[in-house]
Amino acid sequence: MLFLKDLVKTFTQPDGSVLPVLDIPEFRVAAGEQMVLVGRSGCGKTTLLHVIAGIGRPDSGKVRIDDWDITLMPEAECDRFRADRIGYVFQTFNLLASFTALENVLLSMRFAHGRPDRDRAKHLLDRVGMSHRMTHRPAQLSVGEKQRVAVARALANKPQLLLADEPTANVDAGHQQQILDLIHETCREENVALVLVTHSDEVAKQFPRVDHLEEINRSVVGYVQKDESN
Amino acid sequence: MSLWKVAWRSIQQRFLVSALTVVSMGLGVALVVAVLVVYGVVYQSFHRGGEGYDLIVGAKGGREQLVLNTVFYLSQPVGNIPYDFFEELTIGKFASVVETAVPVCMGHNYQGFRVVGTVPEMFGELKYRGDKSYQFAQGENFKVENHFDGVLGATAAARTKLRVGETFQAVHGSGIGGRTHKQDFTVVGILAPTGTPVDRAVFVNMYGFHDIHHAESLISGDESGHHEGDAHHEHSDQIKEITAALVCIQQYPPGQTDVVARAINRGKVAQAVVPARVIADLFESVVGKLQWILLGMAVLTTVVAGIGIMVSIYNSMSDRRHEIAVMRALGASRTTVMLVIMMESILLALMGGALGLLLGHGAIWACSSLIAEWTGVAVGLLQFQRVELILIPGLIALAAAVGYLPALAAYRTDVSKSLITTP
Repeated sequence: MLFLKDLVKTFTQPDGSVLPVLDIPEFRVAAGEQMVLVGRSGCGKTTLLHVIAGIGRPDSGKVRIDDWDITLMPEAECDRFRADRIGYVFQTFNLLASFTALENVLLSMRFAHGRPDRDRAKHLLDRVGMSHRMTHRPAQLSVGEKQRVAVARALANKPQLLLADEPTANVDAGHQQQILDLIHETCREENVALVLVTHSDEVAKQFPRVDHLEEINRSVVGYVQKDESN
Repeated sequence: MSLWKVAWRSIQQRFLVSALTVVSMGLGVALVVAVLVVYGVVYQSFHRGGEGYDLIVGAKGGREQLVLNTVFYLSQPVGNIPYDFFEELTIGKFASVVETAVPVCMGHNYQGFRVVGTVPEMFGELKYRGDKSYQFAQGENFKVENHFDGVLGATAAARTKLRVGETFQAVHGSGIGGRTHKQDFTVVGILAPTGTPVDRAVFVNMYGFHDIHHAESLISGDESGHHEGDAHHEHSDQIKEITAALVCIQQYPPGQTDVVARAINRGKVAQAVVPARVIADLFESVVGKLQWILLGMAVLTTVVAGIGIMVSIYNSMSDRRHEIAVMRALGASRTTVMLVIMMESILLALMGGALGLLLGHGAIWACSSLIAEWTGVAVGLLQFQRVELILIPGLIALAAAVGYLPALAAYRTDVSKSLITTP
């Protein structure tokens, strides 16, 4: 379902030097599979999710989702593809402050195909236990509630792939498990492939497949080796 | 959910800044509206004056002065024309094409309002503002046999507080401070408002107008005290001069007005002018340019307010990059976020426009009684000038222009970088 091949991403630093961030020879996730990518801070987890989502472009390599190589798509097409097929749960929720919980979900549908499905949006919010807070704005929601709305929003367009970037990092301990269970169950119900990024072993051990970014990203390995040589 | 709603929510999110931007735009538009409405009022006030007749026949001299004096009761009379010449219009060589000819005599005032000597046909046969007949709010028209009767225009009556049955004495000259004639004139009628200069004049029987001077001259033994342009030199039975004649020409066959005017102007006695043309020229040369200057300043104010919108949105862009990046991450294209910003600019401009229309018309409406008193033109709250229609597309174009720069900033937002930045 998701297939990365020879993926390379670098950043040019202010002093002009090139910083390699991603160098992934191969990475696969099957349809409906739920897996966790573990890595410490700064090892390129968020950058990898951005590249998979088409938010950031790689320097080289392939990002295939269902036989579509999004690196070959023009930007506008890639935007539509992302809206239609990829859900994204951010670490900092990223709900739009001026919209209610329901409108945040509807907005995601609007950007995808221009036809918000109000019933589905309400169903999703009900599914994440937010039916009583639909008309509340993000500022009126607790941290856990915000992330539940973010999960509902990510699933709004029936994506085939859900990318979750440390979804419990900013959630209080009491709600972390609730969020994880929610992501687990809703992805299973909707047969959505899940790539969840975390640096928490507690989170990782709950998933059948755990990949360490240090093992698949040669940039990180190289960096560690350089450190050791010093 | 439409993109307009997305733009609207963004405006709501920054309520105070948005409200101040709208007020700023509103004041600019109100100024434009005020200039347009006042221009319309002045235009109507100017053009209504000469709408009831085709020609003014008066003494040779400045045609503008003849019109100012005869139509607007301003300036001084150019001079007089012989009554014999007036009779050429009524029973002489022009009679076959002249429908109506009404003599007017100037040279007196009452409390600053011009006293016009004329005949009852002034209100019986002449029309105003096209085809409207004069109506009397109180009393009735004077009769030709009652030499010392008069009627008052609506504003003159309101200001002088004269009522039907009361009397007044004309003052010599066109301004306050002249010699007061001892002969009383009795008010027999007060005209309903017409929205023309007639509202601001006092009309008396032309024969009485001449009689008062003649009678006093006989008493003092002075017959030489007349001035050029004062058409009150002779006894009623011997009227030899009038200030001007207001003439309606038969419309069929067409073109008779110019034929008569040319024939009169070829002679040495009098000139004939088409008031509508002179008024149009006067308006363009005096008011037209001033209006463009005022309008230019008002438009400039609106453009400055438009730049205010740009600054307001552009300043908010640094705070909103993250929000825009989230929209992009949700699938919104660059064009979509650019459109949202443009729509926000258009909404602010349209709200400012609506506020400006309300403020502009509200202010004019609040001053409507004053305007009506000064110009005779009634202005309603919802009385729009046709030219105001360009305000809406004009504001949309302005908003699109000023919204372009911030919209471009939204278009160029680096999604990946902005998402990593904490909101």
